[in-house]
Amino acid sequence: MAAPNRGRRPAGAQGKPGRALALILIAMVALTGGMFWAGQLTPRLGIDLAGGTTITLEAKNQPGQENAVNETNMNTAVGIIERRVNGLGVSEAEVQTQGNSHIIVNIPKGTNSEQAREQVGTTAQLFFRPVLTVAAGGPAAPEPSPSASTSGAPKDDKDKETATPPSGTPSPSATTQGRAVTEGLKAPAASPSPSASTSGSPKASESPAPGESPAPTPSADPATAALEKQFTALDCTDDKARGKLGDNVKPTEPSVACGKNSAGQWEKYILGPAEVNGKDVDDAKGQLDQQRGMWIVTMDFTEAGAKKFQKITSRLSQQQPPMNQFAIVLDGEVVSAPQVNQTLSASAEITGSFDQESAQNLGNILSYGALPLSFEEDSVTTVTAALGGEQLKAGLIAGAIGLALVVIYLVVYYRGLSLIALLSLGVSAILTYTIMTLLGPAIGFALNLPAVCGAIVAIGITADSFIVYFERIRDEIREGRTLRPAVERAWPRARRTVLVSDFVSFLAAAVLFVVTVGKVQGFAFTLGLTTLLDVVVVFFFTKPVMTLLARRKFFASGHPWSGLDPKRLGAKPPLRRSRRTTAPTTDPKEA
Amino acid sequence: MSRLGNLGARLYQGEVGYDFVGKRKVWYGVSILITITAIVALAVQGLNMGIEFKGGAVFTTPKSEVGVTRATEVAEEISDHIPIVQELGTGGLRIQISGVDTAEADRVQAELAKALNIEADKINADLVGPSWGEQIANKAWTGLGVFMLLVVVYLAIAFEWRMAVAALVALIHDITITVGIYSLVGFEVTVGTVIGLLTILGYSLYDTVVVFDSLKEGQKDITKQTRFTYSEIANRSINSTLVRSINTTVVALLPVAGLLFIGGGFLGAGMLNDISLSLFVGLAAGAYSSIFIATPLVADLKERDPQMKALKKRVLAKRAAAEARGEAGEDQQDEASDAAVPDGAAAAGAVVGPRGRGRGRPSGRR
Repeated sequence: MAAPNRGRRPAGAQGKPGRALALILIAMVALTGGMFWAGQLTPRLGIDLAGGTTITLEAKNQPGQENAVNETNMNTAVGIIERRVNGLGVSEAEVQTQGNSHIIVNIPKGTNSEQAREQVGTTAQLFFRPVLTVAAGGPAAPEPSPSASTSGAPKDDKDKETATPPSGTPSPSATTQGRAVTEGLKAPAASPSPSASTSGSPKASESPAPGESPAPTPSADPATAALEKQFTALDCTDDKARGKLGDNVKPTEPSVACGKNSAGQWEKYILGPAEVNGKDVDDAKGQLDQQRGMWIVTMDFTEAGAKKFQKITSRLSQQQPPMNQFAIVLDGEVVSAPQVNQTLSASAEITGSFDQESAQNLGNILSYGALPLSFEEDSVTTVTAALGGEQLKAGLIAGAIGLALVVIYLVVYYRGLSLIALLSLGVSAILTYTIMTLLGPAIGFALNLPAVCGAIVAIGITADSFIVYFERIRDEIREGRTLRPAVERAWPRARRTVLVSDFVSFLAAAVLFVVTVGKVQGFAFTLGLTTLLDVVVVFFFTKPVMTLLARRKFFASGHPWSGLDPKRLGAKPPLRRSRRTTAPTTDPKEA
Repeated sequence: MSRLGNLGARLYQGEVGYDFVGKRKVWYGVSILITITAIVALAVQGLNMGIEFKGGAVFTTPKSEVGVTRATEVAEEISDHIPIVQELGTGGLRIQISGVDTAEADRVQAELAKALNIEADKINADLVGPSWGEQIANKAWTGLGVFMLLVVVYLAIAFEWRMAVAALVALIHDITITVGIYSLVGFEVTVGTVIGLLTILGYSLYDTVVVFDSLKEGQKDITKQTRFTYSEIANRSINSTLVRSINTTVVALLPVAGLLFIGGGFLGAGMLNDISLSLFVGLAAGAYSSIFIATPLVADLKERDPQMKALKKRVLAKRAAAEARGEAGEDQQDEASDAAVPDGAAAAGAVVGPRGRGRGRPSGRR
């Protein structure tokens, strides 16, 4: 501490090592504090370390749809798979796209992986069902008679709405307005025919659901009564209740279902038996109608599908709202419920308040049956936590030994200087650990084995920067400079080398991260992160500490154990003239 | 160690040094030989592709009393495929069976559990589709291509095109050597190997870039002096960064070696081992290529430049003249070259040898 007054002080930021050190200290404290604040003291462990099941799915192009594997479709698929996996009651299950054509499903330990696999692997069910009743999503109060809920009259619906708890705000009219309606809406409204049975549907579909009859007949059929009871009790805002809905629903029977309206609120439905299924849709896409300047979804049906669709639309178009709607049901959830105003057959257009995304999503859902893509199970990995833990332990032991070897080498070779290297490595370790921990909740980063490996390998990268700098300082000393000018003169050049080579390292990591899948990505991410941190540590810690320590007599005098002994380094005895001339001029500043 | 320190000093002063550039033909020869060997090995023997590329299942058992031979028999009986069974450091077994699909895997797992008398849920099953590894490999190739392109562009901008070309050659050289060694020794190629190989890219270039950086500094104002040819300056660059190269390579190799020998030894084959093995081989190759191939190649390319040709002529002419004039002339020339190199360059003089030598001679300076 006595030393600082001697010798010249470099100009600019270089001369304020305290500031940089304070900055990095604040960053460390903030990160550690953030860690405690977030209540997350260890990094989130990947499935390979915590145990669980990882299923990797690969999207396959189907014949005739070569461009099906694209971002939109992958995202739609992720949404569907996520809904399914979490429908199992699995918490924390992750479904992510990896690369362009893979979906990784991570199911943590403690869940039925067998069931999960089945769910993930099977194609979702898509049906078109006639809407019998719509109501706001909350559980209905018990008062309304079952007949009210099954009545097709809008008046009754309003009654019902008042009976629903305040949570379910949307009124049926809002529902149908915001919802997609067929092009036929503009056509003169079909004459309201309150009786569903007159639609002449040859299907037996309606008979099991007499409740849909507009006549307020108390339902005699026990199945219908059960359905009504279920409907009344259903609370669509409850995730668990919703998750159970899709189970054991037979397409040939009426069912209750939930769906979100365009305002994003839950609504519940009683739906008739499925009349058209997803396979009957030949193609569908969301597109911009140039003339009207709005997003619409167009559907083309297969031959068989067209017949079925004609039937359902001709019948529904005769109905009063809300029974003039059909619901597009995906995995038990109503995706959309457009109104029908005229008979349609081979192709149809759904209009409504779509934006590009929602139109394309619906188009995707319709045209691919369910999952927008067909998937192949690429690999299924079950890892017991014990094994993952063992691997982690081995990795950490290896890392510790590797680190110890590095430390020994640095101490032997750089002696006193190694202190700075070790401190820097320590700072780097703290930063890496805290950031990794915080990235768990922030972006879902999970530390997996390759990532651990990446972190261990990064020890080398980080140490490399110090070596570059130390060697530069030693070169300056060999030139005959004393330590403090040597430290400052070595810096700009070491800095450039470190930046240039770290950039290359980072580029490699970034490219790896962008183009690769799964495990490789974790590795690349860690590598990239540590490379960035290396730059931060060298700039804000190593250099300032070096500047500070250069003022200590131990280092400045070139103590044999400082690692900077000019004699040992083979410095040329005659000191440079330039130093001797500059020194006196800058001295007064200090005094 | 202090001897190494002294070596560093002497390398720096240019007192000792290996003529890397001068003897480049030898090293080119060595590299070409290695490359040919690698290609031949690859063509004849191919690579021992891991299960990720062939498809199948990997079962890992906890510690058990069942020996490798017995487990192999059992696994073969159950699956009708010839398994690869390895004992892990933990006492457990790693049983790889190719050609096993999802349904099969469950059956095999259950039967293995029965036969080996281990609880079924303690056996770790890793099912791998054949396209998984292929996908990763394809991505790896894409990554490699993209990375090479970007790096060449970057190096061409930050340095110059000759260095970019040389770095690229060195990179390809490293990959060839690594792949060749895998083929020769018959190490299994797994996804971990591919990861390791991709990491080498960054590392190998890291080393190369450090030497190039020093070379870039050394070649500043090169045309204004007549003491050294480009090749000689390139050689000095390598020598002056040699200690750093050795140190960084050692420091990088130590943790990897830890992973490879300790982590791997403890756990047997596994992802840690696969990554570290290819890293180890690649790092060594990378250090070699940045010193023996990349920089001499830059010198070779650069010497074709008319300016450098002219410089070489001038340098040789001066030297011939100096020889003719004897000692006195050399001193004079010393002055001239010092005058030509401005102070800024002198500060950057870590690698430009002339000053060091000049200063060492009292008469030359004061």
